[in-house]
Amino acid sequence: MSLWVVLAVNSITLGGLLFLLSAGFSLIFGLMKIPNLTHGSFFMLGAYLSTSLIARGFDFWTAAVVGGLLVAAFGGIVERLILRRLGGAELAQVLVTLGLSFMVADVCLMVWTGDPIRIATPSALRGVTSVLGVGFPTYRLAVSLIAVIFAVALWALLERTRLGAMIRAGVDDPAMARVVGIRVSRLFTLVFSLGAWLAGFAGVIGGPILSVYPGLDQEMLPLALVVVILGGSGSLLGSLVGSFVVGFLYNFGQAMFPELAYVVLFLPMLIVLVVRPQGLFGRLAA
Amino acid sequence: MRRLVLGAALVMLAAVPVWVGGTYYINISSQILFYAIFALGVNVLAGYAGLVSLGHAGLFGIAAYAGARIMNEGHGHVAVAAGALALTLMAAAVFAVLALRGTGLGFVMITVALGQIVWGVAYRWISITNGDNGIAIRGRPSPLAISLASPAAFYEATLVVFLIAVASMAVFVASPFGASVRGTRDQPRRMNALGYHVWMIRFLAFLFSGFWSGVAGLLYLYYNQFVSPQAVALTASAEGLLMVIAGGTATLLGPIAGAALVVIVKNVASAYIERWNFVLGAIFVVIVVFMPEGLVPGAVRLWRAAPSAWSRLPGRHPRRGAA
Repeated sequence: MSLWVVLAVNSITLGGLLFLLSAGFSLIFGLMKIPNLTHGSFFMLGAYLSTSLIARGFDFWTAAVVGGLLVAAFGGIVERLILRRLGGAELAQVLVTLGLSFMVADVCLMVWTGDPIRIATPSALRGVTSVLGVGFPTYRLAVSLIAVIFAVALWALLERTRLGAMIRAGVDDPAMARVVGIRVSRLFTLVFSLGAWLAGFAGVIGGPILSVYPGLDQEMLPLALVVVILGGSGSLLGSLVGSFVVGFLYNFGQAMFPELAYVVLFLPMLIVLVVRPQGLFGRLAA
Repeated sequence: MRRLVLGAALVMLAAVPVWVGGTYYINISSQILFYAIFALGVNVLAGYAGLVSLGHAGLFGIAAYAGARIMNEGHGHVAVAAGALALTLMAAAVFAVLALRGTGLGFVMITVALGQIVWGVAYRWISITNGDNGIAIRGRPSPLAISLASPAAFYEATLVVFLIAVASMAVFVASPFGASVRGTRDQPRRMNALGYHVWMIRFLAFLFSGFWSGVAGLLYLYYNQFVSPQAVALTASAEGLLMVIAGGTATLLGPIAGAALVVIVKNVASAYIERWNFVLGAIFVVIVVFMPEGLVPGAVRLWRAAPSAWSRLPGRHPRRGAA
């Protein structure tokens, strides 16, 4: 298998993970106007929790779902107890999420120590699958497939259900949504928890590829930021496109300019900012 | 009377190496001073201009890295300071042009990303920054043939720079430019309607802020004689912001008090507990939730309100009650 194919597969996989991470970030930002700086922590926390669950005999997929749920519960508590008190004070909310991310990182360091932990690939997905005569690592294909399924499911949720219509109404005009009887504050908790769940789940299924280590949160958060700035906040399609752009740039950048991979990653973001500040698929803020 | 107090304070500050006793405490005092300069710089944007930057450690770090590189090329301290600060100003201009594409939350997100780029360069571009190992310099400079090697001498030199910074802030706040910066924070549309160039005012405020961040970064380099990616991490930007918010935004003395608080807590906390980052995060959360206007004014408010308002303490302050 040639280098380029490997890189392309890795890029698609990373793009899929980033989509799970940034879709939640984007939804939270779109609806609640909070750039949730704990989002990277949710990702890392999910991965760490699942390592403990797996060590207690749970299988990988149960650990992924339950780990995600624990993170969602944590996110819900954060939203209800802390962010809710700061309703409307956006800046205070950013700072609180930043403070929380430091606390989470330190607690993780204390509980799971500083050594990287590798999550074993689920046994059914080990090995290589050949597609059109080319062998691909099965697990990476599975991750890409999961991302696609989630993208479709999220799209269906947002565009085809009553709940989705309510969320979209909340994104577009929270005040008017309240007036027509939508309980926007309940939506906030729901969306925040959903975003946290997606991030935590992404952390677990990313585990066999990235493994878990201190600093993973600070590594993923800027990627999510770039995706959202690229794609435009509150736009699912934007998150999807942005994720794959970032996935490709990151992997190809690392292969071609190893020292500058991190910078290459931010270039398209800068271009988008200058040319189209609202993001590729974002709408101009009202 | 006011002059008397000011004079007494100056004498006290200048005499710190005499009365504080011990190299350790003199060094902590120096740290407080250069972090206070950093906090003053951050405050120009976060406080007066209402633009919260989480990328200022990037500017701080650019000055430190540039200074280290220029110094290790064998240049004198004048070239080091001039080169490092010129580079920092250029970086600040680039940061400003990009970050000012957004205001409010957009601005915050862009500065986070910019700060992370600088961190990425510091951490990964090993041929320039020596990666995680950082860059060491040969020793502190000797401006005007005065050696800054001893803690007391370094303290006094830092104090001089610090006083210049404070004076420049006082002038800035009182100047028409300072007033127009506050105007763009409170009423950008009206300022625009009155014929002020809002973007240019913000841009210049960013440069001013970046300049003092760079000065602080250079002093940081001289103090530690070493710089590593840690200096440009998001944590460092957050610490700078915490100093401003803890002390009280848009005040002259707030950032200084905040810097003193953070440096002291950091040194004391790290002596007793390993988990400084946890403490930092917790302080952040507590201050933002309970005392959004800063520690000094916040403590006064809580003290006054204590008997009657204990029950409605958490987050019922009128400033953000209406959501």
